[in-house]
Amino acid sequence: MELLTNQILAGLATGAIYACMALAVVMIYQAINHLNFAQGEMAMFSTFIAWQLMQWGLGFWGAFALTLVISFIGGVALERLLFNPLTNAPVLVHVAGFIALFAILNSVAGLTWDFTIKQFPSPFGSTGFLGSQLISKHQAGIIGVAFAMLSLLYGFFRFTRIGLALRAAASQPESARLVGIDTRWMVALGWGMASAIGAIAGVLIAPVVFLEPNMMGGVLLYSFAAAVLGGLSSPFGSVLGGFIVGVFENLVSTYVPGVGTELKLPIALALIVTVLVIRPSGLLGRVVVKRV
Amino acid sequence: MTLLAVDGLRAYYGQVQALQGISFALEEGTVTALLGANGAGKTTTLRAICNMVRSTGRIEFDGKPLAGISTESVVRLGIAHVPQGRGTFSAMTVEENLQLGAISRKDTKSIGRDIERMYEHFPVLKRRHTQQAGTLSGGEQQMLAVARALMLRPRLMLLDEPSFGLAPLIVRDLFAILRKVNLEEKVAILVVEQNAQLALEIAQKAYVIETGSIVMSGSAKEIATNEDIRKSYLGY
Ligand SMILES: Nc1ncnc2c1ncn2[C@@H]1O[C@H](COP(=O)(O)OP(=O)(O)OP(=O)(O)O)[C@@H](O)[C@H]1O
Ligand SMILES: [Mg+2]
Repeated sequence: MELLTNQILAGLATGAIYACMALAVVMIYQAINHLNFAQGEMAMFSTFIAWQLMQWGLGFWGAFALTLVISFIGGVALERLLFNPLTNAPVLVHVAGFIALFAILNSVAGLTWDFTIKQFPSPFGSTGFLGSQLISKHQAGIIGVAFAMLSLLYGFFRFTRIGLALRAAASQPESARLVGIDTRWMVALGWGMASAIGAIAGVLIAPVVFLEPNMMGGVLLYSFAAAVLGGLSSPFGSVLGGFIVGVFENLVSTYVPGVGTELKLPIALALIVTVLVIRPSGLLGRVVVKRV
Repeated sequence: MTLLAVDGLRAYYGQVQALQGISFALEEGTVTALLGANGAGKTTTLRAICNMVRSTGRIEFDGKPLAGISTESVVRLGIAHVPQGRGTFSAMTVEENLQLGAISRKDTKSIGRDIERMYEHFPVLKRRHTQQAGTLSGGEQQMLAVARALMLRPRLMLLDEPSFGLAPLIVRDLFAILRKVNLEEKVAILVVEQNAQLALEIAQKAYVIETGSIVMSGSAKEIATNEDIRKSYLGY
């Protein structure tokens, strides 16, 4: 029983990371209808920035806040300079753009900070949470930060005018322009927010997987699985998908004999394929019926 | 005073030219009807005013040329466009749709009051204000579309076939409201209709458009009483 609770809580902690990354993926997907393969590398790069800021003497939370700001601006700039000109380009051009961004961020990080793994501090510590053996302070912290961020985002989209405009631009860009929304800036804003959300995920996972240019590879795959599971058209679904994938991954590798850590990744991929076959719109995704 | 002046407007879809150089004007606070058969170019005319289709020619709104500015900037000048198909934000609630109508306004304080006023014009929207807009009936969605457009506090409203797909009784209601809105909110209306009879009842002026050219214009009364025009262009 204790093992089960332990595995579920640990699953929720990694699930929170997947949820953040899946949300970032879905935000960009909603804005431009493409999956950003470079989302993980963007998060990794942000995490290196946070690390660098701490090397320069900033405290954890100061570095964290500054990293969010830098990541937001970076995301907006990426959209304006790189992807906005591609708006009407075919799918393959977008894919090439994402792969290029992936490769560039990966090598620049490698060149600047080299490929050796680095320790990344946890602001919460790694001892047991409230003295319990079930969950570490860092894992509890991940869940706490993720929930705080998700609630803030929920409030933002639900109760602010700019959040409403963002939703409108993502769901019906033509109608949005007809009420006076500048949809191009909304897309850029979506990129900025996705980039900042990814930065949070990166900073939270770095103490667990260590900091290095390839740290987000596996995480991004799980996040894609989460986003597909929850539904690419549903931010809420993607968050739910993140937690489900996190818990599922942990339980399977603990209880199904022979799976272990090596087979965890194929399971994520199997999950993506299964969902696509059975329910292509995901758990909470809407099937969009287009009127002609 | 002239609110909208269109002069020599041509519009293109790729190589296809959909408007052959049309000119018309619309006075402040008045209702103008744009009539014509399927494919005549009515929708294209409205889209060209909002720069949603490639076009040449002069369009002036309140003396300002609209050439080269984005659709959203045209809207921000006070031109609310209810497109063919209504442009409802179907996944959002009725009230969110109304808020979106006012999203570009700076005077955020008075938005709540305006929403209340829309509920007075359209009581059915008040009863359904938390409902998802996509689940409203066709008539309710058209009411919502007009209310959303009014939330901009526009000086000009472009309506593309507001009667489309609605039962005759609902259409009557809707046009009665449009007339009321025109008088009370002092908003000029350019209405595209295939239901010419109704449109002519609320309009002061009318233009008949055929294959991209204006073939007839005059006061709504003239057009409505001219047997020849009615028979050959308006089909009733
Ligand atoms: N997206 C498009 N691409 C190519 N041609 C188009 C496009 N939209 C309209 N057209 C053409 O332009 C012409 C005018 O179309 P428009 O939609 O303005 O007509 P309309 O008067 O609004 O007709 P309806 O009453 O059927 O809505 C038509 O010949 C149509 O085929
Ligand atoms: Mg039309």
